[in-house]
Amino acid sequence: MKSEKPEPSDVPEELQRNVFLTTVDSVYNWGRARSMWPMMFGLACCAIEMIAVQAARFDMSRFGMEIMRASPRQADLMIVSGTVTKKMVPNIVRLYNQMAEPKYVMAMGACATSGGPFKEGYNVVSGIDKFIPVDVYVPGCPPTPEALLHGALKVHEKVFGQSVKTVPWYRKDQLNEPVPVPVLGPDIYNPRDKEALKRLMEAQVAAAEAAQAAALEAQAEPVAG
Amino acid sequence: MSTPTDTPVETLVAEATLPFSDAVPGAVIEETKNGLVVAPDRLLALAKHLRDHEGYDYLSMVTSVDWPAHFELVYYLYGVAKQPKDALVLKVRLTDKENPVAPSVSSIWRGADLQEREVYDMMGIRFEGHPNLRRILLWEGFEGYPLRKNYKESYYEEDVKPFKSRHPEGSHLWAEDRVPWRDNITYPLRWDPDLWTQPEVQYRRIMGVDQSTDGPGEISTERLLINMGPQHPSTHGVFRMVVAVEGETIVGLEPEIGYLHRCHEKIGERNTYIMNIPFTDRLDYITSMSNNLAYVLAVEKLMALQVPERAEYIRVIMAEFTRIVSHFIAIGFLFNDLGAYFTPALYGLRERELILDLFESASGARMMCNYMRFGGIFADLPEGWVARARDLVWNRLPRVMENFESLLTGNEIFLMRTKGVGVLTAQEAIAYSMAGPMLRASGVQYDVRRAEPYSIYDRFEFDVVTRPEGDVWARFIVRMREIYESLRILKQALDGLPEGPIMPPGKKQYQVRVPPGEAYARIEGPKGELGFYVVSDGKPNPYRYHVRAPTFINLTSLEKLCLGHKIADAVVILGAVDIILGEVDR
Repeated sequence: MKSEKPEPSDVPEELQRNVFLTTVDSVYNWGRARSMWPMMFGLACCAIEMIAVQAARFDMSRFGMEIMRASPRQADLMIVSGTVTKKMVPNIVRLYNQMAEPKYVMAMGACATSGGPFKEGYNVVSGIDKFIPVDVYVPGCPPTPEALLHGALKVHEKVFGQSVKTVPWYRKDQLNEPVPVPVLGPDIYNPRDKEALKRLMEAQVAAAEAAQAAALEAQAEPVAG
Repeated sequence: MSTPTDTPVETLVAEATLPFSDAVPGAVIEETKNGLVVAPDRLLALAKHLRDHEGYDYLSMVTSVDWPAHFELVYYLYGVAKQPKDALVLKVRLTDKENPVAPSVSSIWRGADLQEREVYDMMGIRFEGHPNLRRILLWEGFEGYPLRKNYKESYYEEDVKPFKSRHPEGSHLWAEDRVPWRDNITYPLRWDPDLWTQPEVQYRRIMGVDQSTDGPGEISTERLLINMGPQHPSTHGVFRMVVAVEGETIVGLEPEIGYLHRCHEKIGERNTYIMNIPFTDRLDYITSMSNNLAYVLAVEKLMALQVPERAEYIRVIMAEFTRIVSHFIAIGFLFNDLGAYFTPALYGLRERELILDLFESASGARMMCNYMRFGGIFADLPEGWVARARDLVWNRLPRVMENFESLLTGNEIFLMRTKGVGVLTAQEAIAYSMAGPMLRASGVQYDVRRAEPYSIYDRFEFDVVTRPEGDVWARFIVRMREIYESLRILKQALDGLPEGPIMPPGKKQYQVRVPPGEAYARIEGPKGELGFYVVSDGKPNPYRYHVRAPTFINLTSLEKLCLGHKIADAVVILGAVDIILGEVDR
């Protein structure tokens, strides 16, 4: 197709200053980024700073993010604000699955990123990214409200980098499968790790049996000698 | 004094001179410096006697210690009306390390209910006669009892910090690289996920299955279980309650907690003493200064440290500012729950920011202040701090309070929703071991700042605010009045703030030396009696470290408060209990 800049004289006088040409992507992404609704979802200490960001001084509504939705079905952004425990993680994965595409996840603070100061705890998950994909990590314990705002802007940046032609939620061949919900067994168990678990368990059983056999042999030796 | 190596000392005291031996013979078998050792089979008889005849009606804390030779249950008893206010400490030693069983005292002090469940969950001690003994912080099916000394978590490195193995050959070893699963998990040998079914909790008690009152011919209405949380806008975090309703009326309720159980006590036992201070910040994350204060008081009690005058004053100032912050948030979010969505909370948060600015300029952090140290505080107040604080206390906060009063206190909708809702009488409040505004709103004049003054609270003039009603409205009013009392204390403290050192003389110590022994220090935190129980064996790490979390124990009464009310009121009642999950679950 011949691309030709329209002559100013082609456009009617009254429209000349009122028409903007842009791409669908820009409008689409601008709309999504400027009305991103976070989920009302607080886990721990970071949730208090998340509330502080919503309050008067830091005021997240400047970025169109003041509407916290308690229902995951209406939310676009999940801010994992606090320590993820093993007891809680099945619920978080369920919430994530219930969110409609497009959806984004922000790991707020050290705990959600890696387990943070509580990493060694027997009930603590070493970062939510072991279970669900994370878009932006915000460091801090807790991150200051400014840091959280910066993280939100980073999510916006990510949104602006996407194109409606390639985003997976409009493509039938790339429909997101729901993330398998972890199971509370004797310890937390991620169904995705089933093969690895079986392999490791076999190795452990073999090692335990070998150790047992060695112990028996060591017992039997003096008798034989 | 018990150290982990010694066995119970044979006492030479004759039976007759042991306390309470004439009333309950044979109950107390030994009198030690740290409490009375009670025979397990006589515990209930002694407890009943203490409650009914000796005035020990308030069970403050139940916890347990895993000694090499035995498990030890520790009960801290107080009398609300009793003088002097000293604690009576009971200890029960259970020598069966495999399957320890003790009688439950929850029939005598209802406040033991959740605490005994916690002991069962963490230490594996079974309580005979407990109405609902199952895991509370962890889930049914979890393997092991974490606070036993032989329990090793997945990322276990060494018994105590600082770890020597962190940097072999000079480079850091990731926790994931040390464990076979490359994750914070351990499974028992030969565990097969395909064969696993998670044990289901039946909620038989609140469903009325066990009561079997419905005989033939009686009309039985259908009970329905409603699950609220852990993701719910009004549960103040990851709290979950299972509510049994008939129609809209609540007929049973069970709190389900542990969704934020961060293994505070296990980590605390691995840490050195000073390492625990930042962890206490994250207990009740709104009131980090108060948590610091309670913990350092407990360790100072063991170390017998003298705190300089200026540090004492600064501690009190910080603690009272914290109380104001906490009450602002409690009030704001109570109105959130009532449907006045966010505006009152916004007002509270606005003032909170100003106080957090003060905290930040003194300690360097907004929320997690990590400010107190054993014997003093971490840093002196910066220049101009006192002037800013004075401006807040004398000018701004009183005006804000007027604003709050005019907007909230007389609000008709508020009165209709809260008056007569969630009533707890004084006797019940004491029996349920309620603490803080919950206790005082039921008409019990009990404040640790008065009952057992710590720090320098005996120098200040203030009133213990009480209300006789015992409903949600009374709890709101008590919190409002307490802000005024805090301002009163702040005025006196800011006026009297002396110059001088902020730490005891001598070199700054990072590794404190704590003599063997045990100490329980309690303060009147914003949400109630916050206590730290620390057992030292003379090593650089606490042998046992337990937090008496006020909001956790306040939850014991939640079912009692909600029974007979509509399901919508449960949200309001919970808002007035003012829970913080970091402290409930620890």
